[in-house]
Amino acid sequence: MEKVLVLKNAYFDSAFLMLVSKAVKQLPGILDAALVMGTEVNIEILRGIGLLGPVAQSVSPNDLIIAIQGQSAKTLNHAMDAAKKLLRQRKTGIEEEGEYRPVSLQGALRIIPDANLVVISAPGLYAAREARKALDAGLHVMLFSDHVSLEEEIALKKKAVRKDLLMMGPDCGTALINGKPLCFANVVRRGNIGVVAASGSGLQELTCLIHHFGGGLSQAIGTGGRDLRREVGGLMMLTGIEALTQDPSTKVIVVLSKPPDGQVADKVHARLKQTGKPCVIHFVGLKAVPASGDAHFAGDLEETAAMAVALSKGLPYRGVKAFCTKRDAVVKQETRDLGAGQKYLRGLYAGGTLAEEALVLFEREGYDIYSNIQMNPEKTLKDPHRSFRHTIVDLGDDRFTAGRPHPMIDPDIRAQRIEKETAGPEVACLLLDFVLGYGAHEDPCGALLKTLKEAKDRAQKRGGHLAVVVSITGTEDDPQNRREQSKKLESIGCVVMPSNAQAARLALQIMKKVTP
Amino acid sequence: MTKVKKILRLFQEDLVVVNLGLEAFAEALRKEDVKVLQMNWRPPAGGDQRLIALLDRLEK
Repeated sequence: MEKVLVLKNAYFDSAFLMLVSKAVKQLPGILDAALVMGTEVNIEILRGIGLLGPVAQSVSPNDLIIAIQGQSAKTLNHAMDAAKKLLRQRKTGIEEEGEYRPVSLQGALRIIPDANLVVISAPGLYAAREARKALDAGLHVMLFSDHVSLEEEIALKKKAVRKDLLMMGPDCGTALINGKPLCFANVVRRGNIGVVAASGSGLQELTCLIHHFGGGLSQAIGTGGRDLRREVGGLMMLTGIEALTQDPSTKVIVVLSKPPDGQVADKVHARLKQTGKPCVIHFVGLKAVPASGDAHFAGDLEETAAMAVALSKGLPYRGVKAFCTKRDAVVKQETRDLGAGQKYLRGLYAGGTLAEEALVLFEREGYDIYSNIQMNPEKTLKDPHRSFRHTIVDLGDDRFTAGRPHPMIDPDIRAQRIEKETAGPEVACLLLDFVLGYGAHEDPCGALLKTLKEAKDRAQKRGGHLAVVVSITGTEDDPQNRREQSKKLESIGCVVMPSNAQAARLALQIMKKVTP
Repeated sequence: MTKVKKILRLFQEDLVVVNLGLEAFAEALRKEDVKVLQMNWRPPAGGDQRLIALLDRLEK
């Protein structure tokens, strides 16, 4: 049975509501629970999952819907009270802090007139309007929200260019401005490498690897994933390159994106040639080509970082120090005890660009990889929730995150998928990424430890062995501490590689032994 | 050529941030010693899109 309650004019942000939903769902006798604002999309989702029937009163996007499914009226009442209590705690928390929280941007600017940047993560429906207001007030914008239309994005970026302001996003998950991490970002060294990137997890991996290789960042500007599409024309990418060109603290410029529109790529190349600074370009999925003047092309994120660091120190690029000495021994160890039926790879990713980097690597070696991010419709997973043969899946895809937190925040999506993948005997190797830093889960590796250990034990009981190859995007200075996270995974026999590219290459070597 | 004077000025200044939305982003910035003001943002006009459009026209 279900119980639905509508609280009028009770706005809460979606991240908080997801936490409360999760807490309520875990109460005894509760089958499902959702606390969402009453937008049309949310109402549709609730109806879709059978949590909401016809609601008598009219519901507005400013009303909170609490929908709970449980075994009895008693458990439902108890859960409803628990939900209300959790909501009240939040309200009290705000008052206790004592800081006045303005409801409008104008109000905020009266309190801190020296503000220079607005970070916006309001629901997509309202986000463009707030970004427009911020630009009109002369503020730089980081727009984390997604579900902003392409037309709105173009209008916002044109306005920003006219006003000489940064318009990072929409759907910009990470940036480092003046060394400060914005939204999902890692704690990395400051230095003389400036990056403009149209890729979130790609930028996080790149900045962390620059840090590991001994380099540092002057600025890391995010543009949002659609910036290099023909319609947007690379407006923020070109603005970012111009700013880094004129920035005296930036010695090397790095450009990172998924494969761009051809015309836009030409514009970016032409602009980079005029910077007078060494540049490194990486379009995820495209092969490296020989350098042209000061422009160097890298084949993966790790190579991008290594090239940038070498250039930033005025040193020749000598390639990435790979894991080659121990690699053969590790491959042997991981394949020695595989069972006869263990033949497939399953890449379960939280970072979209990282998933793509692994997919491209396997495809170049002739593997058919089924995925939810495949360009080839024949190899697109019919149901992203079910793997087929060799599969690499981006669990941060909209189809997994509608109404649920991103797997970088909530490990549950991936834990369930790992259980599903390893319930049967066909998987030989799991390939995983872990992303640390601000915004991410407080202990992402620890949270999956039990699941991974159980999966390995199941394989062993069947007389086989499950190889688990991982990369950790993060630094020792991140709140989660990369070294500590790595130790946890190693303690249960996971192979932790220094980068996603190397993790994917090791998994490839393992798979070559299985299906040469 | 694109103007970037204000962006270059931002690179020289201390970040001062207004955070509209998820509080975790404000908390992270505070930990990194950034001055940040958290807004108590609510959908404007109770989320009524027609009323919002009307408000925007009035403001213009």
